[in-house]
Amino acid sequence: MATITASVYTSHVPAIGAALDLGKSGEDYWKPLFAGYEPSQAWFKAHQPDVIFLVYNDHASAFSLDMIPTFAIGCAAEFKPADEGWGPRPVPVVKGHPELAAHIAQSVIQDDFDLTIVNRMDVDHGLTVPLSLLCGQVAQWPCAVIPFAVNVVQYPVPSGRRCFNLGRAIRKAVELYDEPLNVQIWGTGGMSHQLQGPRAGLINREWDNRFLDRLIAEPDRLAEVPHLEYVQEAGSEGIELVMWLIARGAMSDRPPRVAHRFYHVPASNTAVGHLILENSQ
Amino acid sequence: MALDKPYKGIPGTTIFDAEQARLGYHLNQFCMSLMKAQNRERFKANERAYLDEWPMSEAQKEAVLARDLNRCIELGGNIYFLAKIGATDGRSFQFMAASMTGMTQEEYARMMLQGGRAPGSPVRDPREKR
Repeated sequence: MATITASVYTSHVPAIGAALDLGKSGEDYWKPLFAGYEPSQAWFKAHQPDVIFLVYNDHASAFSLDMIPTFAIGCAAEFKPADEGWGPRPVPVVKGHPELAAHIAQSVIQDDFDLTIVNRMDVDHGLTVPLSLLCGQVAQWPCAVIPFAVNVVQYPVPSGRRCFNLGRAIRKAVELYDEPLNVQIWGTGGMSHQLQGPRAGLINREWDNRFLDRLIAEPDRLAEVPHLEYVQEAGSEGIELVMWLIARGAMSDRPPRVAHRFYHVPASNTAVGHLILENSQ
Repeated sequence: MALDKPYKGIPGTTIFDAEQARLGYHLNQFCMSLMKAQNRERFKANERAYLDEWPMSEAQKEAVLARDLNRCIELGGNIYFLAKIGATDGRSFQFMAASMTGMTQEEYARMMLQGGRAPGSPVRDPREKR
């Protein structure tokens, strides 16, 4: 059977991708951020999976207001980097895993989570920045990736509780897959940030770090936090953090091993948070 | 019976809910059209004429022409869509964010380097007189 071995959580700030693509990662502004991901790249090399199930959100790139799926699973063989208005990021095309994606859709929909199946979709910085942070600048991504896009742009977005339970359904689906694949699940977005209105620029270091503590130690209770608290405490775009609960819900019920933890302010307008959790063997 | 919308009272923050999305549908789809280079060129050549191709309200068109992002948001715009206007103008996201807070880009960038806007600190709408 396939197994979820680890989960990775990280912010997906577009400016991080731009810094890498434009060769600015050595600048003083960016050095501390990329230093925080050096252990992650070493960890990833040593723990390379067959497939990454990558939870992220689209930022008005693949989905306009024409259609707004709450949960969209990418079932295609490949996904091109999106042109977000200044040309696509110069990163490899993302290769999917259509068989596992279709299997997860089949299982999770029958568990009452109404996924939208997407067979054609470009992927934006929400998906490619986390890959760059963990894999570095590469000619090919080292494994298959199943994109899983969550609507966190138009309210109401899914609750933390629903995301956590969806993660559990994804875990069950993966464990029912016959081929012995090593699967990682990544939850991306956040941490505190607000990109709009007179309150733009909000950062809440204390709340963010408590979120990291609770994600490790008591994710089921963290899943009860209502939308309003995310918006008030972590800013209007801090709501992206509900996506981390999908990845956490997909982990074993036993306490995880914390392989790496990192927090940094700022990356452009955003607080950057990062965790790597391994399932105990 | 009214739906529960407890997020209406957060200062300096507009939640892009179904009601705002309905109000701003054409405004946001106009922004989305700027993803195509040829549309960006047409918009830049004659902004008013390009906006007149969209069934947007006069207030929405004026807010776009004035690059008043706070007003655009009030009228149903969403920041991820509105950011495409800034990209068309060649502006950084920090420029756009600063413009909504009444700070210069330098002041805003300094605030972020110093750890960002502290929770609970005062929020000032730049359109209100000091």
